[in-house]
Amino acid sequence: MSVRHTISILLENEAGALSRVAGLFSARAYNIESLSVAPTEDPTVSRLTLVTSGSPEIIEQITKQLNKLVDVIRLVDLNESRAIERELMLIKLRAAGGEQREEMKRLIDIFEGSVVDVTESTYTVEIIGDGEKLDSFIEAVSPKRILEVVRSGVLGILRGTKALRA
Amino acid sequence: MSEKLRGAEIFCRALADEGVDIVFGYPGGAVLHIYDEVFKQDKFKHVLVRHEQGATHAADGYARATGKPGVVLVTSGPGATNCVTGIATAYMDSIPLVVFTGQVSTALIGNDAFQEVDCVGITRPCVKHNFLVERVEDLAITIKKAFYIASSGRPGPVVVDIPKDVTANVTEYHYPESVDVRSYKPTTKGHPGQIKKALQLISQASKPMIYTGGGVILDNASEQLTEFTRILGFPITNTLMGLGAYPGTDPQFIGMLGMHGTYEANMAMHECDLLIAIGARFDDRVTGDLAQFCPEAKIIHIDIDPSSISKNVPVDVPIVGGVSHVLSEMNRLLREDEVKPVDRAKDHWWQQIVTWQGLDCLKFDGDSPLIKPQAVVESLYDVTKGDAFITSDVGQHQMWAAQYYKFDQPRRWINSGGLGTMGFGLPAAMGVQFAYPDSAVACITGEASVVMCIQELSTCLQYDLPIKMISLNNRYMGMVRQWQEFFYDSRYSHSYMDALPDFVKLAESFGHVGMRIENPSDVDGALREAFAMKNRLVFMDFVTDQSENVYPMIAAGKGQHEMHLASDVRELA
Repeated sequence: MSVRHTISILLENEAGALSRVAGLFSARAYNIESLSVAPTEDPTVSRLTLVTSGSPEIIEQITKQLNKLVDVIRLVDLNESRAIERELMLIKLRAAGGEQREEMKRLIDIFEGSVVDVTESTYTVEIIGDGEKLDSFIEAVSPKRILEVVRSGVLGILRGTKALRA
Repeated sequence: MSEKLRGAEIFCRALADEGVDIVFGYPGGAVLHIYDEVFKQDKFKHVLVRHEQGATHAADGYARATGKPGVVLVTSGPGATNCVTGIATAYMDSIPLVVFTGQVSTALIGNDAFQEVDCVGITRPCVKHNFLVERVEDLAITIKKAFYIASSGRPGPVVVDIPKDVTANVTEYHYPESVDVRSYKPTTKGHPGQIKKALQLISQASKPMIYTGGGVILDNASEQLTEFTRILGFPITNTLMGLGAYPGTDPQFIGMLGMHGTYEANMAMHECDLLIAIGARFDDRVTGDLAQFCPEAKIIHIDIDPSSISKNVPVDVPIVGGVSHVLSEMNRLLREDEVKPVDRAKDHWWQQIVTWQGLDCLKFDGDSPLIKPQAVVESLYDVTKGDAFITSDVGQHQMWAAQYYKFDQPRRWINSGGLGTMGFGLPAAMGVQFAYPDSAVACITGEASVVMCIQELSTCLQYDLPIKMISLNNRYMGMVRQWQEFFYDSRYSHSYMDALPDFVKLAESFGHVGMRIENPSDVDGALREAFAMKNRLVFMDFVTDQSENVYPMIAAGKGQHEMHLASDVRELA
């Protein structure tokens, strides 16, 4: 039974550290659905969030193998606790003519998105939410209207007072 | 007051301060500053090999024999890539190596410069960790970290890539006593609760089995293992990597297990109700078909690497920790409880094992007019009184060595188990001989494997290494031929060596002694003659029975109880 897991990792912010993580996944034939990485408030530490899927045994191996990497400081499988997940999407839509633009604007409001760039024929929209919400927005828009989709990959954080720190 | 030194001097000082006594290497453009400093110092010995692969295997052999990390120094580009096989060999068997590779100057990195290769990138999947040193200020601390990471926890190779300008630049030298890596904290102590749970299972078992691997040797835990096994009186088997951790001549030892393990060891694995796995990793060559592996058994697994636990086989009681610590703790508790060892004469399980042993699964035709390879290994055991360091290459001869030479001590059996690297044996023997100059060191090899690093015979002459090369020459890649016989209707596709050299002349041309042995009656005498030549490398070319196969054998994908046996043994099974 393959289940989607979000794993949050604190990584030494060093050249090559990211490729150790990516290389582990390809070498052991695990899959990465999304990956996002950026430095934290401590510039020597990067926070990496990756989404993968697998059976419980595979997920256990993935977390053990990640922990074994010398550059991995700490990690948490967000599925094992209550956590918040967010993803940001920038989507460029064809929006020409008053009626089309009105309809589009209503949809964007429903999804609590905002139009961040406007031209005569396009809207560029920013939407924040979990992956499902972003998927729903894409489904709600006619494929003909979509010019470009950029997604950040998932970010995750634990609920409550628990924190993942170096 | 610390002094200012060039990177190349720092390199040599750091190695000396780390206690390195020997480095295996090969010079080249990117490491010329370092080699100039190597020339000026006398703190460590540098051994010039003939190919960088040989340097890694030699350092590996040294590490396996001594327990200290092996050290390699090579240049950039091809120097580094030639090391990759040796690094991967060490990685698969968890051997501590520190490999220093030269790199083009930092300003040239990424420019496709002469002899530039992305060494950190190429070696990443087969190292425990690797470093690119970008500033001379980081050099000493990186060397310290490299030795610490290579030799602690589950050991492994670490590569340190050093650009040429870093070896020329100057900084203050300070070599730290110890180093703390915040992201690397190996667990060495086993959890007391888990240890108690394991002891509870042990007290309830009626058909127990101890299965141990290379981890016992790596953690220097033979003494603890021997005590543990004797307190309990249980049967014990070792993996290919674990031979010698428990005395091979002890009656509780029932042979190696796995694809070419003994009948009794594999049957006992299949039928046991408790398996105590210690420093072993349930490799596919051990388990056979996972669905049929130890169907009756509860499993206890002691290992320092959490990722080894429940990787291939789910276990009931995992204990993460150093084998020596966990076993010491278990022994202490067992002694307190005054556990009596199983009485072998009265115990049903031992009676069953003795019945299996009665099959004599390693029996071979001792009256053949051809030299039987097994007989050569048996003679070697007699002539060396079981007290030699034995390295091997990979193939049939490796299995015969493992089956017929009884290792009573750890670190005496040195072979490439995980990666299965042909060409390992000769350079590994060099490393062992450097570590133990006065001990008998023999390399059991075959005519196919040995030519893969044959150039190192030249190194052996330069340093007067009196290694005894025992080549079991069957004019085939024997293990390939065996599989082709069994599984490909005897179509011997490219497993035949059609243009072999005259190994006697070859040895002589390298300045050594060569012998060719063709009659079974000459085997023993020739070995005695060779080992009497204490100061010479002797290359012994044993012309053996071409058709001999390694038995018992579990075919890939079969269960441990489904062994092929030699024809004369099979009738009894």
